[in-house]
Amino acid sequence: MASSEEDGTNGGASEASEEKEATGRRRRLGFLATAWLTFYNIAMTAGWLVLAIAMVRFYMEKGTHRGLYKSIQKTLKFFQTFALLEIVHCLIGIVPTSVLVTGVQVSSRIFMVWLVTHSIKPVQNEESVVLFLVSWTVTEITRYSFYTFSLLDHLPYFIKWARYNFFIILYPVGVAGELLTIYAALPYVKKTGMFSIRLPNKYNVSFDYYYFLLITMASYIPLFPQLYFHMLRQRRKVLHGEVIIEKDD
Amino acid sequence: RKHAGVEILDAKTREKLCFLDKVEPQATIAEIKNLFTKTHPQWYPARQSLRLDPKGRSLKDEDVLQKLPVGTTATLYFRDLGAQISWVTVFLTEYAGPLFIYLLFYFRVPFIYGHKYDFTSSRHSVVHLACICHSFHYVKRLLETLFVHRFSHGTMPLRNIFKNCTYYWGFAAWMAYYINHPLYTPPTYGAQQVKLALAIFVICQLGNFSIHMALRDLRPAGSKTRKIPYPTKNPFTWLFLLVSCPNYTYEVGSWIGFAIMTQCLPVALFSLVGFTQMTIWAKGKHRSYLKEFRDYPPLRMPIVPFLL
Repeated sequence: MASSEEDGTNGGASEASEEKEATGRRRRLGFLATAWLTFYNIAMTAGWLVLAIAMVRFYMEKGTHRGLYKSIQKTLKFFQTFALLEIVHCLIGIVPTSVLVTGVQVSSRIFMVWLVTHSIKPVQNEESVVLFLVSWTVTEITRYSFYTFSLLDHLPYFIKWARYNFFIILYPVGVAGELLTIYAALPYVKKTGMFSIRLPNKYNVSFDYYYFLLITMASYIPLFPQLYFHMLRQRRKVLHGEVIIEKDD
Repeated sequence: RKHAGVEILDAKTREKLCFLDKVEPQATIAEIKNLFTKTHPQWYPARQSLRLDPKGRSLKDEDVLQKLPVGTTATLYFRDLGAQISWVTVFLTEYAGPLFIYLLFYFRVPFIYGHKYDFTSSRHSVVHLACICHSFHYVKRLLETLFVHRFSHGTMPLRNIFKNCTYYWGFAAWMAYYINHPLYTPPTYGAQQVKLALAIFVICQLGNFSIHMALRDLRPAGSKTRKIPYPTKNPFTWLFLLVSCPNYTYEVGSWIGFAIMTQCLPVALFSLVGFTQMTIWAKGKHRSYLKEFRDYPPLRMPIVPFLL
């Protein structure tokens, strides 16, 4: 769910046409936009690589996942929050993806990081956290290096292959990690009544974070399959040159 | 006089669906759609989109065959728009819902609040006033749909009714739940706040109605002509001097009034969402006015005077 795999209007019928489209798109992008996006994607690739290495080192030194989140949380929060810029990239048009799709994907990541793992400390040592952290890390390293190489016009086939194949496993793994983590947080949220507003109050509104979390979990049911099958369709188009007649819009 | 032949192909598969021979050159697209329905009755005219190019724009019902860039045999591409529902049906359904749903909460029908509150009445006068205002608003909308509005389109896709009703009915329930709640807190500034809010609400409802009447008078019954709306003798229509869509301006104003009256955050959120949607519509309408009329008054903004 939180794995951002949207390719926007791209997705040509063959590798050649995708690269041609990417080049065509880039010719219309100003020098400044290209330079900024290249820098951005290199920085994000590096950031998530640092996270990956930190996680591996922690596990090798400590032999346990307990305390792993705490040790990488600052870096995670920094780079994941920085990704909000991707919404701006879509808004100003230098990236062809829809603002809504990017918004949903980035928001779900921000939600997990800030409103779940950061705010609900007891879940930080759950194994499910490691599950989604690993999924996110591998996904993002692949995704940002894909964009970097595309912008530099030298896309190794293996990066493209990784981008359109890793998600098959990583996506469900990440979703499982996220759902299990939210589920683990429920008892604590119910007990403390955190982030909730009760009646009476002068703005005549109420909010129950416990039920909000339940509804969020339920929303994965319709949303995850749609995103997953969309990625599968993109994969068939890009890697196997299949021409797919889309359903009515 | 030469008769034309019309072949209709599926826009996606290019399969030949139908050939109509001996079509009058002055036939309109509407008439061709009727002929097409005879051979494919499941595709009634409202769900047909006919176009000259498979990826192009839909042709209008009023377009005349011989005025189109076609030879003696016209090739038209067909796209199924999906099940259609009339605008009037959609409007009536989406407005009747909130009217009814709000009343369920107002009368504290069982299973909403605790059982000890079933069928009790609020002790705050503003709650009764709010019910009158909310109900008036939707009764007005229903009557306008039946007697005032002239719709330029007959139908919309069926899935819109589910989307629209979820929005209207959902927000109505959410608002009504808090306003009619036993633990409702009346406005901070008391009767003063309520009086001011009521004044805003009434003025904006009158304004909105005035604009609807002015727009109706712009377009004679049955015609589809478009004209620039101008202020009339009715002072409420003078807002046309400053905005293209004063009906939306007044509508937002009404809901702001209702939000101040009830001091209820969900009402404020509903107003905000409505304002966002109406701004998008107003900008679109403003743009098409500018495109169509060279002499469009330059002072006008889409929805908020001078600003937006």
